Amino acid sequence: MPKIRVIIAKPGLDGHDRGAKVIARALRDAGMEVVYTGLRQSPEQIVSAALQEDADVIGLSILSGAHNHICPRVMELLKENGLTDVLVVVGGIIPDVDMPKLRAMGINGIFLPGTAMQTIVDYVTANVRTRQAT
Amino acid sequence: MTTQAHGIITPHASSDGSDRARWERETLAPALAKTAERAVPFTTISGRPIERVYSAEDLASFDYARDAGDPGEFPYTRGIHPTGYRGKLWTMRQFAGFGTPEETNARYRQLLAAGGTGLSVAFDLPTLMGRDPDHALSLGEVGKCGVNIASLADMETLFDGIPLGDITTSMTINSPAPMLFAMYLVVAEQQGASWKALSGTIQNDILKEFIAQKEYIYPPRPSMRLITDIFQFCVREVPRWNTISVSGYHIREAGATAAQELAFTLRDGVEYVQWGIDAGLEVDEFAPRISFFFNAHSDFFEEIAKYRAARRIWAHVMRDRFGATDERSWKLRFHTQTAGVSLTGQQPYNNVVRTALQALSAVLGGTNSLHTNSLDEALSLPTAEAATLALRTQQIIAHESGVANVVDPLGGSYFVEKLTLDLEREAYAHFEVIDRMGGMVAAIEHGYPQKEIAESAYRFQQSVERKEKIIVGVNGYAEENELPVPILYIDEGAGERQIARLRQLRKDRNDDAVRRTLEALKRGAAGGDNTMPLLIDAVRAYATIGEMCDALRQVWGEYEEVPVI
Repeated sequence: MPKIRVIIAKPGLDGHDRGAKVIARALRDAGMEVVYTGLRQSPEQIVSAALQEDADVIGLSILSGAHNHICPRVMELLKENGLTDVLVVVGGIIPDVDMPKLRAMGINGIFLPGTAMQTIVDYVTANVRTRQAT
Repeated sequence: MTTQAHGIITPHASSDGSDRARWERETLAPALAKTAERAVPFTTISGRPIERVYSAEDLASFDYARDAGDPGEFPYTRGIHPTGYRGKLWTMRQFAGFGTPEETNARYRQLLAAGGTGLSVAFDLPTLMGRDPDHALSLGEVGKCGVNIASLADMETLFDGIPLGDITTSMTINSPAPMLFAMYLVVAEQQGASWKALSGTIQNDILKEFIAQKEYIYPPRPSMRLITDIFQFCVREVPRWNTISVSGYHIREAGATAAQELAFTLRDGVEYVQWGIDAGLEVDEFAPRISFFFNAHSDFFEEIAKYRAARRIWAHVMRDRFGATDERSWKLRFHTQTAGVSLTGQQPYNNVVRTALQALSAVLGGTNSLHTNSLDEALSLPTAEAATLALRTQQIIAHESGVANVVDPLGGSYFVEKLTLDLEREAYAHFEVIDRMGGMVAAIEHGYPQKEIAESAYRFQQSVERKEKIIVGVNGYAEENELPVPILYIDEGAGERQIARLRQLRKDRNDDAVRRTLEALKRGAAGGDNTMPLLIDAVRAYATIGEMCDALRQVWGEYEEVPVI
């Protein structure tokens, strides 16, 4: 069984990286291959990292309220680059009213504060489509 | 324990310590045999083991005069004021800011009308990162986490109708602190307020940005130079201004334990004092204007002990390490904010109770000013109603609970004094490690505090998942189908309005003056001139925050951290 390859990214200007780092470590401890991009990554940088790392999953950590701008751009760039099979999940502060918009663009894994690390590990494991499996 | 003739039970330690042994044998053991204690780890939220009971035996090394001291006397463990809150209550300072300067100005007027006694400005991420609202990186961020301030024109609007000579203002701004402070000074001057009388605080604490919050622009060393420039400028021009608020708040929010928060914050303070001295200042010239900012987390007694230990450590550091002779340099003054990280999106009304308990610990620890979080802040910036309830929480503690009647009510508690001693010892142990690395700037360059904090954050999350720590409404007592609370939704309009204003400003101002002042700023930064007067000139010419920060980016470059997980 090949390892699931994950990019954990912090887009936007926000520097609060506690959640991104904790979840990066939890996914790694669950046996996945995890790359943490560091702070202030543009959608372009994130998608290019996903290409380079042959990622199966992109996890976006957004707490600042900029998700309505960042998520559509990431999804658009993935499409342009033929990476439509990459699973995109979002963690952070997402108001209820914005969730349908994110789901409509194919982001169904939305994890709010208080989510158990195990819940995220289970979601990724159940929903990832590893390249090798197709 | 011994029963005295007049019937009062007084705990006391006999010289051979046999009282505890007797109690354990005769009273405790039979009780435990009958009913076991709960099968949970008896530890603080920081993972510190807590004993069943504390008594005089735990304070064998404690000397009242040396370790506690009376209120208002060295080492200030019991507080810096002899009368505690009987003289003056703490300042109720609620952090606020969102959207455009007009919207935030209206919130400030409302907070002052509701009995708030000071303002505290929350800036948005573009402002905090020194970017204009029309910069590509500002997309979607303008006005979201705070108010957007792009130039002096915005600062004029922010404080319209609020007399800066009569109130104190705290500004949470770090890398661009000199630029925002310069704007504030020019607005005060326009209002006719004297700089000599002006009082307030800029956070201006870049070290904790590298350690925890990560809102840095320039590399550590030029960043430290901007701070010592402010120290020097304020000694001469704005003597009552608190030039820095050395912050543990963000260090704790990032996952540090109470002891790490205490140690890294105070060691940051040591670093600033050292750099100020190295820049040619006398310690007692600038040290009295250094203030601190701590978190009030959920472990009640550990937090109280943390504040008490902080005062004692700072008094010793300033007197013994730096040879300060002015008592004002020895006295640690601090602001506290309740722990944002403890708030839950689940069952948000529970947050009112959490915040009240945290605020009470800050008051019992002798905080000088306090911000209480609103119940909806795990979900969004607070609504006006939630922000008012948060302020009312402080007013109830101040006027109804009775705790403000007495100075340091927990002084002499076996438990609290022991915790205070333990936290103090742990902080000094961290100091030694950081001193050996060559100071805090060097320790940050090694990633030492960053790694320590990430480790603590992960350990805490694991203990929550194992249910060793219960968070009510999250991993215990959870409910399905909760009713939503009203939240403040910040639309994209603020960004559009700020960009339109900025474009108008660029048309209206004198571009030659902007260019000239920015060139002078660059020359000064490349050389050794104090940057503050140069920034004030640029501000007067209505240079934007992005232009001023870019000028210094051209001279010093930008910092990029190597992320550690």
